[in-house]
Amino acid sequence: MYRYDEYDQTLVDERVRQFRGQVARRLAGELTEDEFKPLRLMNGLYLQLHAYMLRVAIPYGLLSAVQMRKLAHIARRYDRGYGHFTTRQNIQYNWPKLEDTPDILAELASVEMHAIQTSGNSFRNTTTDQYAGVAADEIEDPRVYCEIIRQWSTLHPEFSFLPRKFKIAVTGAPNDRAAVRLHDIGLIMRRGDAGETGFEVIVGGGQGRTPFVGPTIREFLPKKHLLSYLEAIMRVYNQLGRRDNLFKARIKILVHEVGAEKITEMVEEEWRHIKDGALDLPKEEVERIRAHFAPPPYETLAAAQPAFEEKKRADGAFATWADTNVAAHKVPGYAIVNLSLKPVGGIPGDATADQMDAVADLAEHYSFGEIRVTHEQNLVLGDVRRTDLHALWRKLRDIGMATPNLGLISDIIACPGLDYCGLANARSIPVAQRISNRFADLKRQHDIGELKIKISGCINACGHHHVGHIGILGLDRKGEEYYQITLGGSADQDAAIGKIVGPAFSSEAVVDAVETVVNTYVELRQNGERFVDTYRRVGKEPFKERLYAAA
Amino acid sequence: MALQVVTANRIGDGTVVYLTRVGGWSERITDGEVSRSDEERDTLMAVAQATAEIPEVVEPYLIDVVEEAGVIRPVRYREAIRAQGPPVHPAFGQQAEEG
Ligand code: HEM
Ligand code: SF4
Repeated sequence: MYRYDEYDQTLVDERVRQFRGQVARRLAGELTEDEFKPLRLMNGLYLQLHAYMLRVAIPYGLLSAVQMRKLAHIARRYDRGYGHFTTRQNIQYNWPKLEDTPDILAELASVEMHAIQTSGNSFRNTTTDQYAGVAADEIEDPRVYCEIIRQWSTLHPEFSFLPRKFKIAVTGAPNDRAAVRLHDIGLIMRRGDAGETGFEVIVGGGQGRTPFVGPTIREFLPKKHLLSYLEAIMRVYNQLGRRDNLFKARIKILVHEVGAEKITEMVEEEWRHIKDGALDLPKEEVERIRAHFAPPPYETLAAAQPAFEEKKRADGAFATWADTNVAAHKVPGYAIVNLSLKPVGGIPGDATADQMDAVADLAEHYSFGEIRVTHEQNLVLGDVRRTDLHALWRKLRDIGMATPNLGLISDIIACPGLDYCGLANARSIPVAQRISNRFADLKRQHDIGELKIKISGCINACGHHHVGHIGILGLDRKGEEYYQITLGGSADQDAAIGKIVGPAFSSEAVVDAVETVVNTYVELRQNGERFVDTYRRVGKEPFKERLYAAA
Repeated sequence: MALQVVTANRIGDGTVVYLTRVGGWSERITDGEVSRSDEERDTLMAVAQATAEIPEVVEPYLIDVVEEAGVIRPVRYREAIRAQGPPVHPAFGQQAEEG
């Protein structure tokens, strides 16, 4: 993985030192909250409903075992023994003290981590496919380009005061596991006519109050032009993006108002001036960064692993897990293992310090010491030998991370909601827990098949509800929690924004409503259709009829 | 005139607190000093602002409360959760004290 050079380390250490001074001055009353707030936000420290909240960046979701242990240590020593992995592949702590924050940041810096640009109108963590570098369906490792983007965008003078926060996602595979069409800029690795690799460029996707699936503004961009093209997009946005209205400041609004065609023209025009200039990616630089993501020393193994197959035959529970939570690896004899952070009735994305430590140990033992965080709030060990799967599974069961529910109805994304978040209308987590409990029967979950439920506590859509197959949005109805249901959203290569099915449900009724939707699907589905396939075939009407029949 | 109390977060550790009768801050909303008129409200906010400048607390603001049998509780659900602690973690916040 990427290791800091001297420049990176100095920058991060310097920031910690600065922030220590700023916190001291704040506590001494020399800085007012108005003066201090932008400073703490620049270092990932928010004030939430009950306490401060610290958001720590995990660049493109990749962690070493050493870093994971540090996150566990911070949870134990400075917080309340747990952390929350987010849809942006980061981690949040819910109870840090202001007075401890400089020490926390110093601890993070000691393992090449920080909380810079996890807030504010800056470039946020570039996200990617959690299977990057190991996926069987991948064209090229996208993390190399995530890192190049990180270096280009970190503290970039021209872009330190953007109209609004800015989020980029990159995938190297045609099967989109990183929701790239829902980002300000999305990049999908493609092959050109001569077999060379480049990017499809998507601009103006996003969620929040006005969700959009981003349009493609360029079908194919040769890789060496990546930064000049991104810079051209940013310049157009910087000139035209609306700073007058917070709700209209995202690039998606600009693209929507001006039109994708016009934006394309403007970007191409801007690009003509800077193309083939200083921003061209030199081959040596790309290779230098690529070396950080060199494949680990894999053993040469047979693709067929009789011992593994035998274990599957002998142990049904193991077979179910292996069929559900394990994905195909590009190297024969290896597998990608998903660690579910969605136990029955649990809090999606939460992990205790002990679990984090255990995962670090397992990563060292079974997966070359690396861990990935997924945007669906699970963890991944990317490089596990198939012959080790059974032993790993048993150990994951011991720490509650072997629930075989990846992509199933209980693999729910939920934002912190009103349990923690100062902006929330309603709680998200308890709804996730109740749904998870209602569908606790794994047989039933597997029968229902792929079904993604995503829950947000307000229209900011941190819980991705717009793109849930079933989306749930918390509303405040005269002081009571209500939930609006959307159907047919999708975050993958067939990205779509869900449609509101009808009037909102009370907190009491919402889980029944979800069950009604699921039962309706089960009745209507034809030969092997997933929920979203059935929805696309029949539309929302049959669901609506069933949901509101009694009314 | 709606009954109100002033709430804020303690500067050092972020804990939710309420302005009390004696001008200090308490973690229990039931200790909160209730304003019953515009003047009382302005006085309370002035006291709160002064302590925010020390700084003892951060971002003080008024919330509506109701009084039942001498016990005050917040009107809004959001403030009830803020006063109690996150419902998903009964061991955290004031709800833990009350068992
Ligand atoms: C608890 C503190 C949080 C606050 C105050 C907060 C605030 C916001 C706000 C204001 C927006 C809307 C931005 C816009 O439309 O321009 C937003 C969007 C978003 N947030 Fe959060 N958020 C919080 C936690 C989280 C968490 C825990 C996650 C991940 C689980 C998350 C992921 C996102 C995502 C993915 C979006 C959508 C971005 C888009 O528009 O494409 N946030 N958040
Ligand atoms: S969606 Fe709303 S309630 Fe949920 S975390 Fe984001 S801002 Fe808070």
